[in-house]
Amino acid sequence: MSILVDSATRVAIQGITGHAGAFHARLMLEYGTKVVAGVTPGKGGTTAEGVPVFDTLAEAVARTGADASVIFVPAAIAADAIEEAAAEGVKLIVCITEGIPALDVARARAYVRQRGARLIGPNCPGLITPGECKLGIMPGPIHRPGGVGVISRSGTLTYEAIWQLTQIGLGQSTAVGIGGDPITGTSFVDALELFERDEATQAVVLIGEIGGAAEEEAAEFIRAHFSKPVVAFIAGRSAPPGKRMGHAGAIATRSSGTAEEKISALQTAGVRVELNPARIGRAMQDFLAGR
Amino acid sequence: MNIHEYQAKALLAARGLAVPAGRLAATPEQAAQAFDELRRPRAVVKAQIHAGGRGKAGGVLFVSSRVEAEAAAKKLLGHTLVTAQTGPRGRPVNQVLVQEHLDLARELYLGLSLDRSSGRPQAIVSARGGMDIEELARTEPNAILCEYGDPDHGLAPFQARNLFTGLGLPHEQMKPAMELILALARTFIECDCSLIEVNPLALCADGRLLIADLKMAFDDNALRRHPDIAALRDTAQEDPREVEAEQYDLSYVGLDGNIGCMVNGAGLAMATMDLIRLQGGEPANFLDVGGDATVEKVTAAFRLIEKDEHVSAILVNIFGGIVRCDLVADGIVVAVGQVGLRAPLVVRLEGNNAETGRKVLAGCGLRITSAESLEDAAAKAVALAKTA
Repeated sequence: MSILVDSATRVAIQGITGHAGAFHARLMLEYGTKVVAGVTPGKGGTTAEGVPVFDTLAEAVARTGADASVIFVPAAIAADAIEEAAAEGVKLIVCITEGIPALDVARARAYVRQRGARLIGPNCPGLITPGECKLGIMPGPIHRPGGVGVISRSGTLTYEAIWQLTQIGLGQSTAVGIGGDPITGTSFVDALELFERDEATQAVVLIGEIGGAAEEEAAEFIRAHFSKPVVAFIAGRSAPPGKRMGHAGAIATRSSGTAEEKISALQTAGVRVELNPARIGRAMQDFLAGR
Repeated sequence: MNIHEYQAKALLAARGLAVPAGRLAATPEQAAQAFDELRRPRAVVKAQIHAGGRGKAGGVLFVSSRVEAEAAAKKLLGHTLVTAQTGPRGRPVNQVLVQEHLDLARELYLGLSLDRSSGRPQAIVSARGGMDIEELARTEPNAILCEYGDPDHGLAPFQARNLFTGLGLPHEQMKPAMELILALARTFIECDCSLIEVNPLALCADGRLLIADLKMAFDDNALRRHPDIAALRDTAQEDPREVEAEQYDLSYVGLDGNIGCMVNGAGLAMATMDLIRLQGGEPANFLDVGGDATVEKVTAAFRLIEKDEHVSAILVNIFGGIVRCDLVADGIVVAVGQVGLRAPLVVRLEGNNAETGRKVLAGCGLRITSAESLEDAAAKAVALAKTA
C-alpha cells in the first residue's frame, strides 16, 4: 500500500524531448516506473528513451492508457500543460516546472479540481513510492520501502531527511514533494488525509518552511483528524523577515508566516518538532520508540 | 518585485484611477519647482524607497512653501532612510514625491493579495486606515472585512458592495468606492500583482476618495509577460550582492553573520543556516547554487561569498541526489583554485558518490576541511569562524 502511485501507475511525460524531460524519463524508467508515453508537439511518431512520443496528450492517453503525467515543459506554457492533462482525464498530474506565474497556477489548480484530478506541485521534486514507482526528479537509491510517509515543500532538504530515515532503517511508504510555490495543487492537509487512510503508513515526516499558513492548517488538521505520529522540521528560523528565500513561497513577514508560529502550532497539535535538520531521522526513531 | 510609490500611482493613474496631484523630484530645486506647480498652500514631501514605515522614520515631511519644500528635499535626498521595515542598512533616497496635502476626513485600509490557501485574490478592507494590517488582524480581527474573488475576473460588484457596506460608507461614496476597488482588482489580475495596498484610502474633507499612500508588488514569475512593469525595477533599492547573484542564476540573500554558506537547494540552504545558528554561529548569507551545483555556479558563488568582508569561515553543504558528489568535489577544487579563498572552507558532501568526493577534497592539497556529517560540518564551521 501507498498513496497516489504504485507499480500499476502508467505515466506520460509532457516535455519528454527536452533536456530535463529526457534525462529524468530515463531515470524513472531505470527505477521501474511504467513510463508509457511522451508528449512533445511536432515530435509525434518518434521515440525518446525507448518511449513513444506523441504530438498531443490526447493521443498519448488514447493510445497508451496513461493515467498520470509528469510535466517538464517551460514555465510560460506549463499551466496549459497542466490543464491539458486534466482535460484528457489524467488523474494525477505532477508539475516539476519552476517559475510559473502564481495566477496561472491558481487558474490551473481550479481547473484541475473541477475535473476531479489531482495536481502535485508545481516547483516540486514529484513523488515516489519506494521500490514501485517514481514520478519526479528525486534520487531513487536514497529511498527504501517502509512505513513512514513524507510530505515536504522542499527538494534537497527532503532528500536529506529521507536519507537519514533510510540510514537508520526507517523506510518510506510514499514521499510527496508538494512544492515551494505560494500556491500548490496539493497541500499538507490533502497529503495528510491520504496518509491517514493508508494502512501502510505508520507515521509521517512533515517538512515545512517559512511563508504562508500551510503548516498551521496542517497542525489544525492533525489535532482534529490525524491519528498517526508526526515529526516535523520547519526551515527558515534564521531567515530575515521580508526576504524571499529561494522558493517563491518562502517569505515571512514580521507577523505572519514565521517559523516560530508554525513550530508552535505544530507542537500544540502534538507534533514532535525537531529543530536540528541533521536529526530528523533520529527524532522519528525516538518518537516511534516512545522516547 | 517592488516598485516605488510614485511609479505605482502613475501606473494606476494611467488606468484611470484617482490619485493625489504630485510631482517627482530628484533635486531640492526640482522639489521647489514641484511645490510651485502644485499650486496648493500645503504639500507633503515623501522619500521614495522600497519599504514602509517612512512616516515614523522621518521620511515624510509636511511643507507650506517652496523654501520649505526645497529644505525638506535636501534633508531626504542622497541620504539613507532606516525604517522599521528596511533593516539596519536602510535604503537610499534618490527621489522624493512632492504631493498635494490631503485634508483627511476618514482613513480606510484597502488591500489586495493572492490568498495561498484558496488560490483566490483576496480583498481586505478596514475602517482603521493607517494601521499595520497584519497587526490589526491579530489584535482586532473584527475590524477587518474580507472577500475572495476569482483568479480570472478579480472581484464581483456585489463583493465590493459587501465590503463597503460593512465599513458603513455613506451612500454617496459607495459608487466611487466600488469603482475603485473593482478597478484595483482588475489591475491586480491584469498586471500579475502580488500585492496592492492602499493605506490609507482617504476620504477627503472635499468629498474626494483618493489613494493617499500606495504600495504595489508584482509576481517575479510573471514579469516576463509585463516588460513595461519589469522596466520599473530600481536595483538601487536592492542589495547589490543579490543583484549580482541573479546574473549567475544564483539565489542569494545577504545576512549579518560571519559564516558564508553555499548549499544546493533552497530548503536545505535555510536548514543549514538554522543549524549554524543552533550551534552558536551566525550565517553570513543564504545561497542556493541550484540542485546541480555546476563548476560555473560554484565559482560564482565563492566569488560572491568572498566579497563579504565579514565572512571568516565558509560552509559548503551539498546533498548529491542526482548530481554526483565526486563531480561536485572536482568543481569545488577548480573553483577554490580560481577564486583563491581567504576564509577557511568546510565541505560536507552526502549522497551519490560522496565517499569518492571526500577523497578528492582530501587529496587536492588545498585548505579544505571535509566534514563527516551535516552536524559535524556546522560545528567545524562555527569553531573556525570563532577562532578566525
